[in-house]
Amino acid sequence: MQIYLPIAEVVVNALTLIGLGGIVGLMSGLFGVGGGFLITPLLFFIGIPPAIAVATGANQVVASSVSGVLAHVKRKTVDFRMGWVLLAGGLVGSSIGVLLFNILSRLGQVDLVVQLCYVVFLGLIGAMMLQESLRALRRARRSGPIKPMRRHQHGWVHKWPWKMKFRASGLYISSIPVLLVGAAVGVLGAIMGVGGGFIMVPAMIYLLGMPTKVVIGTSLFQITFLSAYTTLMHAVSSNTVDVMLAVLLIVGGVIGAQVGTHLGARLRAEQLRILLALLVLAVCGKLALDLFLRPDELYSITPGVLP
Amino acid sequence: MIRGTLFALLAPVLLAAPLHAQEQAPPAPPPEQIVAGLSREDVDITTSFEGSEIIIYGAIKRETPIPPDESLDVIVTVEGPAQALTVRHKQRRLGIWVNTDRVSIGAAPSFYVVASTRPLDLILSADEDQRHRISIPLAMRAFAGPMEVEDAVPYTEALIRLRRAADLYRQDDGAVRLAEQTLFRADVRLPANLVEGAYSTRIFLLRQGQVIDTFRAPIEVRKVGLERWLYRLALEQPFVYGIMSLAIAVMAGWGASAAFRMAKRP
Repeated sequence: MQIYLPIAEVVVNALTLIGLGGIVGLMSGLFGVGGGFLITPLLFFIGIPPAIAVATGANQVVASSVSGVLAHVKRKTVDFRMGWVLLAGGLVGSSIGVLLFNILSRLGQVDLVVQLCYVVFLGLIGAMMLQESLRALRRARRSGPIKPMRRHQHGWVHKWPWKMKFRASGLYISSIPVLLVGAAVGVLGAIMGVGGGFIMVPAMIYLLGMPTKVVIGTSLFQITFLSAYTTLMHAVSSNTVDVMLAVLLIVGGVIGAQVGTHLGARLRAEQLRILLALLVLAVCGKLALDLFLRPDELYSITPGVLP
Repeated sequence: MIRGTLFALLAPVLLAAPLHAQEQAPPAPPPEQIVAGLSREDVDITTSFEGSEIIIYGAIKRETPIPPDESLDVIVTVEGPAQALTVRHKQRRLGIWVNTDRVSIGAAPSFYVVASTRPLDLILSADEDQRHRISIPLAMRAFAGPMEVEDAVPYTEALIRLRRAADLYRQDDGAVRLAEQTLFRADVRLPANLVEGAYSTRIFLLRQGQVIDTFRAPIEVRKVGLERWLYRLALEQPFVYGIMSLAIAVMAGWGASAAFRMAKRP
């Protein structure tokens, strides 16, 4: 079923889009990542102009995150307080990120920076998570029942002022690192055109020491608002949100997110983390290959005249 | 007051005078002229738009008998609105492939088809091609800005190659059918990935490589219905459009969540 997209001005197969949305929604529900790091490259691949892919991807992330976060609210696995603090940092970071993005596009190397960011961050995070979860799995196998993971080290995080009690996470830590994590994710999210969940989730686990149980719901909660902000920015500043494209992705996405959330409740945390780690590494590998291998077509067309 | 009135009365006469002079000595009409029509003058892009077909047909009007030589040819072009483009070239730097040089093209048609009775290089002289910008490489116009590369040819070739692959540029030799040196017809297929705007059709009549008559007609390609409404809203009221997009997203997310909860409950 072919459909003409009013803003992108291209014709695509509606079923392909619903399928893409479904896959990304599944990721969202399973891992608490918005799926932006998958949807954006996939949309490039089927011929959607990059600017529209990034903006519309953000809109799709809103829908799948809302769907996911509601399921998590129901299971009481959202730390709202943590979410709001992260969001406050995120909005600041996102605004800085948009500014950086504009500077980079004036320099004409934004594509390269985005791609390098993906390779570096996905590679680091994927490797870290894989190593951590494999160790946890091996430990679990050796000593029978899973030992509860040590929540957090009493280190620098605890010496900083402005302590806040995050009851749902069982943490009493300074709000400064929380704000910083939110802001860092906001910056990267804006530059890379993603919600930033794939950076947020490991940062919450390893830097803030939050229990895995509340990490996904809280991350989704923050991503919902952050990507809503990004969508609105894109719609107003560059008219690049294609609502027709978004609706098709959303139809697939919300279904996928629900399936993912319920599937996630049945899988063990370690297995879940290994899966996410492998997925992150796969995307990283693909992007790295694109950078290192000789492309089939050395030339590309960009609309508009660059300054 | 009276002088003003007099001027007002005289003005049309004065203005008409040179026109009248022209009429007295009209340029000799070409011995053979194109009379043509299009099967449709506008193309509506709807949600289920899958491309369109335009039939360009016509006849050759002449006062004199058909010249004995058999070399009458017709070229039909259809051109989409021009766009500014940048073509970029990737090169290996420190082991990775990076966009390095670029060429800015001021105006390249978003869509271009040239159909003809016989292969273009057989029927069209280079001079005439230059003058009327008929073949695909010549349909692209000015380069924009200072040239940063020594040789722009690979860039324009790449543009044509990429556009041909996307079915946006096409050269159909032999797609114009000419009967009895008088009636002609070309079926031009418009692909689904059209850009909105004013398209134009040109018809060239040729003998021995020379253009002896031309004919132009516009085609209006525009979005209609839902497509048009969304497009206008996005451009004219971007904030409202953004809020609408978000509302759809939130409702869809909430709706799915609610639906699954209902479905899970027995």
